Amino acid sequence: MEGDAELQDLYRETLLDYFRSAARKGTADPADVRAHGINPVCGDELEITARREGGRLAVVRYAGHGCVISQASAAMMAEALEGASVEKARELVAAFKAMMTKNAPLESLPAELETAAALEGVRRFPLRVKCATLGWNTLAQGLDAAEGKKNV
Amino acid sequence: MSRLDPAALKADFPIFKRLVRGKPLVYLDNAATSQKPRAVIDALVDFYENHNANVHRGVHTLSEEATAMVEAVRAKTAAFIGAPKPETVVFTRNATESINLVAYSWGRKFLKAGDEIVITEMEHHSNMVPWQLLAKEKGLTLKYVPVELDGTLDLDKVKKTLGPKTRLFAFTALSNALGTVNPVDQLVQAGRSVGAAVLVDACQWAPHRRLDVSSWGADFVAFSAHKMLGPTGIGVLWGREELLEAMDPFLGGGDMISRVTLEGATWNVLPYKFEAGTPNFADAVAFGPALDYLEKVGLDAIRAHEDALAAKAVALLEAEPVVRVLGPKDPAERSGVISFNLAGLHPHDVGTVFDLEGVAVRVGHHCCQPLMHRFQCGGTARASFYLYNDESDVEALGRALRRTIEFFKLGTKAGAR
Repeated sequence: MEGDAELQDLYRETLLDYFRSAARKGTADPADVRAHGINPVCGDELEITARREGGRLAVVRYAGHGCVISQASAAMMAEALEGASVEKARELVAAFKAMMTKNAPLESLPAELETAAALEGVRRFPLRVKCATLGWNTLAQGLDAAEGKKNV
Repeated sequence: MSRLDPAALKADFPIFKRLVRGKPLVYLDNAATSQKPRAVIDALVDFYENHNANVHRGVHTLSEEATAMVEAVRAKTAAFIGAPKPETVVFTRNATESINLVAYSWGRKFLKAGDEIVITEMEHHSNMVPWQLLAKEKGLTLKYVPVELDGTLDLDKVKKTLGPKTRLFAFTALSNALGTVNPVDQLVQAGRSVGAAVLVDACQWAPHRRLDVSSWGADFVAFSAHKMLGPTGIGVLWGREELLEAMDPFLGGGDMISRVTLEGATWNVLPYKFEAGTPNFADAVAFGPALDYLEKVGLDAIRAHEDALAAKAVALLEAEPVVRVLGPKDPAERSGVISFNLAGLHPHDVGTVFDLEGVAVRVGHHCCQPLMHRFQCGGTARASFYLYNDESDVEALGRALRRTIEFFKLGTKAGAR
């Protein structure tokens, strides 16, 4: 069935695994990066917290409720960004968003985003792209706030 | 009451010729907006091709024609809702604007600090946020009638929330999020018995049930054309004449004035006092055939048809253990709007799988975030029926539902949480 292939392409096994995983769900405590994101389309709320140690993101956590895509994406982000320098984390957020919103080719993705590349199927569902980027945008806001920059 | 033939009706709606993701369109998002019959689309084209000119301005032939066409639809609208006078029918952009008009032109003029406005927890944001804004501006108290867990209002709690300070009671006739049919007559009576003005949000009522503003006895009634086969960009505010007369204008500009000098202006008569600027006359004209269509099919037949489909859909949904249907259990208290959730799965994922089956449902908070909070969910999936839906649409809903449950292995240990 045509729809089956589309469904499996969107909701890949990896996504479902990360959606069901509780590995990085919760709150970093203590945290020095903290941001609250809202998807205005559905009203879903996500809290991203992180702790920096020596210029790196030692712990990244996400909390809140949401759809398979937003939760899996946040889980993948938390995994990919843990251990990265703040500068690297920003690069990864930008690269992920370029993939989701600017159709950047998968080959251009940094190695750290290999898992998150499984979200590429979401690009064919434009109304769901905001679900995939919610966690990443929220983290970026948190980093800006932590560094005293204005939210842009 | 004559039964309607949905297959014949569907043929009147061009959109049902198209495929969605390779499948025939199954449109179950009627509470958001309805599809349009050929007659409405033709009327819009005919207006632009043959009659287009600004209304209430020129003395040339086209302007006279356009003006007469708009006023004919105003009269038709008045007759459709049982309003004795066409001039008590104000055309707005949508029901949201209608309600904001009342908040601005009536509320700002007549309410003062300490006065109370009562609304219910089940209101659409459009019948909630305007009152929050007004309450903040004027120092009013905004009180909410709670919603029971079965999705209904408790009349005793309504009466307890209303009081001598209540100046306005605003409520929905039919909940867009739960499908609850409210006892409008009793609610209006409760509001009037404490001396409050009463506003009824009839957005979900007007397309599906006979609306008679005279028998309701409310002071204001608001609804939108686009949910009842009409074009987007036309809303209706019906108001009691003496209240409309006493109110100040909403927007200032052309058409709403009687005389303008450098020192000030005086206001035009009803309803033009509230219709500043070039109105959306083309869409107003195309609303006429929508009303004709509803009258031809018959509101009673439409309601009976939708009730039958809704009953089947509810039975089908409730047969699945992972499904929770919100709203009243009693079919008499429920309409063709069905809100449901699948345990362990977000409504957005439900909506995407349904879309892949060609089934259009609404997912999310339905502009009722406080209500969703009351039911401890961020949102729901919502199927809503209209006159052109048929049993095959209910079957498609069932197929999409089973597909979702199977794909995400819901209700099993391996399933989405």
